[in-house]
Amino acid sequence: MAGPYHYTLGDRRYRFECLAELMAKATPARSGDRLAGVAAETVEERVVAQMALSELSLTTFLDDPLIPYERDEITRLIIDSHDAHAFAPIRHLTVGDFRNWLLSDLATPERLAQVRAGITPEMAAAVSKIMRNQDLILVAKKCRVVTAFRDTIGLEGRLSTRLQPNHPTDDATGIAASILDGLMYGNGDAVIGINPATDNVAQSVRLMTLMDEVIQKYQIPTQSCVLTHVTNTLEAIEQGAPVDLVFQSIGGTQATNESFGFDLATLAEARDAALSLKRGTVGDNVMYFETGQGSSLSANANHGLDQQTCEARAYAVARHFKPLLVNTVVGFIGPEYLFNGKEIIRAGLEDHFCGKLLGVPMGCDICYTNHADADQNDMDNLLTLLGTAGCNFIMGIPGSDDIMLNYQTTSFHDALYLRRALDLAPAPEFAQWLEAMAIFEDVRHYRPSSALPKAFSRTLAQLPEGGA
Amino acid sequence: MADHSSPDNRSSFDSHSSTDSQSSTNSQPSTDSQASTENHPPADDHSSNIVTDNPWQRLRQFTDARIGLGRAGISLPTEHLLEFQLAHARAQDAVHLPLDIETLCDDLGELALDAPIARLHSQATDRLTYLQRPDWGRRLDDDARERLTQSGGSARPSVDLAIAVVDGLSSFAIQQNAVAFLKTLLPKLAEGETPWSLAPLSVVEQGRVAIGDEIGECLNARAVLVLIGERPGLSSPDSLGLYFTWAPEVGLTDARRNCISNVRPAGLSFEDASRRLMALLKEAREKELSGVKLKDRSEDDVIEQGGARNFLTS
Repeated sequence: MAGPYHYTLGDRRYRFECLAELMAKATPARSGDRLAGVAAETVEERVVAQMALSELSLTTFLDDPLIPYERDEITRLIIDSHDAHAFAPIRHLTVGDFRNWLLSDLATPERLAQVRAGITPEMAAAVSKIMRNQDLILVAKKCRVVTAFRDTIGLEGRLSTRLQPNHPTDDATGIAASILDGLMYGNGDAVIGINPATDNVAQSVRLMTLMDEVIQKYQIPTQSCVLTHVTNTLEAIEQGAPVDLVFQSIGGTQATNESFGFDLATLAEARDAALSLKRGTVGDNVMYFETGQGSSLSANANHGLDQQTCEARAYAVARHFKPLLVNTVVGFIGPEYLFNGKEIIRAGLEDHFCGKLLGVPMGCDICYTNHADADQNDMDNLLTLLGTAGCNFIMGIPGSDDIMLNYQTTSFHDALYLRRALDLAPAPEFAQWLEAMAIFEDVRHYRPSSALPKAFSRTLAQLPEGGA
Repeated sequence: MADHSSPDNRSSFDSHSSTDSQSSTNSQPSTDSQASTENHPPADDHSSNIVTDNPWQRLRQFTDARIGLGRAGISLPTEHLLEFQLAHARAQDAVHLPLDIETLCDDLGELALDAPIARLHSQATDRLTYLQRPDWGRRLDDDARERLTQSGGSARPSVDLAIAVVDGLSSFAIQQNAVAFLKTLLPKLAEGETPWSLAPLSVVEQGRVAIGDEIGECLNARAVLVLIGERPGLSSPDSLGLYFTWAPEVGLTDARRNCISNVRPAGLSFEDASRRLMALLKEAREKELSGVKLKDRSEDDVIEQGGARNFLTS
């Protein structure tokens, strides 16, 4: 590895042993980097690291890989797929210049899309470390990433939602009740996606079939996904199960993904299998990935890198497989990685920015656990900021309470708040469906119908009375 | 733009909220009446017209999920907003209120234990440190380690089982459920052809699951059982977790442990949890191992087939 890197401030000369150390110390403060022992030791050292980082040429990140090429297949993916032609217009810039360029009027949405393939995750992570929250928002807003399967996600002025009808025992009626609740609030145009309580092939196939039947019966322009291990989904496809999207949690180092039980070849195989089913109607983006800062350290596979740089490297994996959705589950991992609302908000904005800059269809699970120093107001803040930044999709859960995973994420109500506050419409195909089904009496103004639409009142009438 | 955000409405709302704080339920911001396209007559003073109920409310009988909450405009009605706040408040208190160790030890006294209770502390000095340094929560502090090893250690004849009561992420779960659970479990450990000999009971502050392995090692126990407060869910701040390790020693991973989760009156009952645990303990003793190689057979039937079918497609 190259280095050390130096920076002189007044009469003091700072020394950073390697690029990984410089990147880590330049990272805005968070508990996960302190836990890893890679954070700056003083506030001043952090800013000095940012100054040193800002003077590095973008080409440094091509010449000095953070994890050696020979040891990590994600480094190989990043280097081998780097597009020198796309990189040419920004090749001469330093990290500091790159920030200026991104914020400048030269960096139009079209121009940003052109240079995308020339930007590596490390460049994106580096520049994000010297950007303020408003910078992360403004630049991300210029990076549109549009994908499609049965509807079109990520168009300007649009926001999609994942309907997440999880149930602690995967009970069919309980899941159906949450799906109905979500649909009636106009939720679910990104995907209807279940985290299974029992994670095996038989259970996954049962849940896939359940969702497929609902989508077919009501002709919903959306897709389903069971968030089970990629190898389970592969087996389900072999059994003839109705698989729309292949899910996998991914990390930014080979060792992280090994701990998750897959490699890049597994993902390629699964993507080919899903493509062969040809179930998409308006597009063929068939992958759904989830990520989150801290997963590499948690798997003891961070190679001395800070957690945000690891996270950005995961987006190189994601973009290679042309996903429909990539979701950073930002507050799920707990306070030892992101301590409070402030750190969660910062991480959510960083992840969304880096993902969008690299061309990944980024959404965010705006969430927290009960042992984090965070609450609904913090989530409102991040929700509003990400809505402003043009986030592709967010989660939707009845009343913010995931009774299976025991954490809080955004509710069906929250999505409607954001639609009204920022005038963000659902995917066009889904918006039409909401109107045709009379679920919304006024889609333009995000006004749900008060009465139960006909198709659903017939369904409900068949249910036995009683209970609450 | 949505109609409700026009400058006019905004200013009328502002004046409304500044002058009408005494009788806020008697009038609405002008947005509702202006934008209303609904069939019913213009809004009157009844709260039933302000909040739109969901006609599928009765589905709540089928799930604990917060469905059918209704809406004020498109927002959460006040009643459900405050319900949520209360649940979150309880969950936060469960994490942050310190374990009342005096009361706990008094309560544990009801169990008529042979040996005095060992009061131990992890290397995490306080809750804020604990939350950020899980590694410190997994190890005993010097004082605790010294006292445990001093009182016998490897020189002492081995016992079958060490039980550690650990605050974990919910002191509330321990305070509420630990003694009652042990009252159910201890008689089961004492009965049968091969009763389990017990090490002195430990109570640990600021501890994580793995601290049990160090305690078991120090006490020269063949197995360790940790009762720990689990990360509180919004509706389950009192959930107790049971973790079991055969041949405990410092540095083992989760793969060597078995877990029984969600032990609380409204979840897995003390009786059912004790039965499952006893089955695990029996098999562990026969095979002399724990963890992934030890299968909890009671989970085989977890796939739910019964009950009503998916009503959306039936």
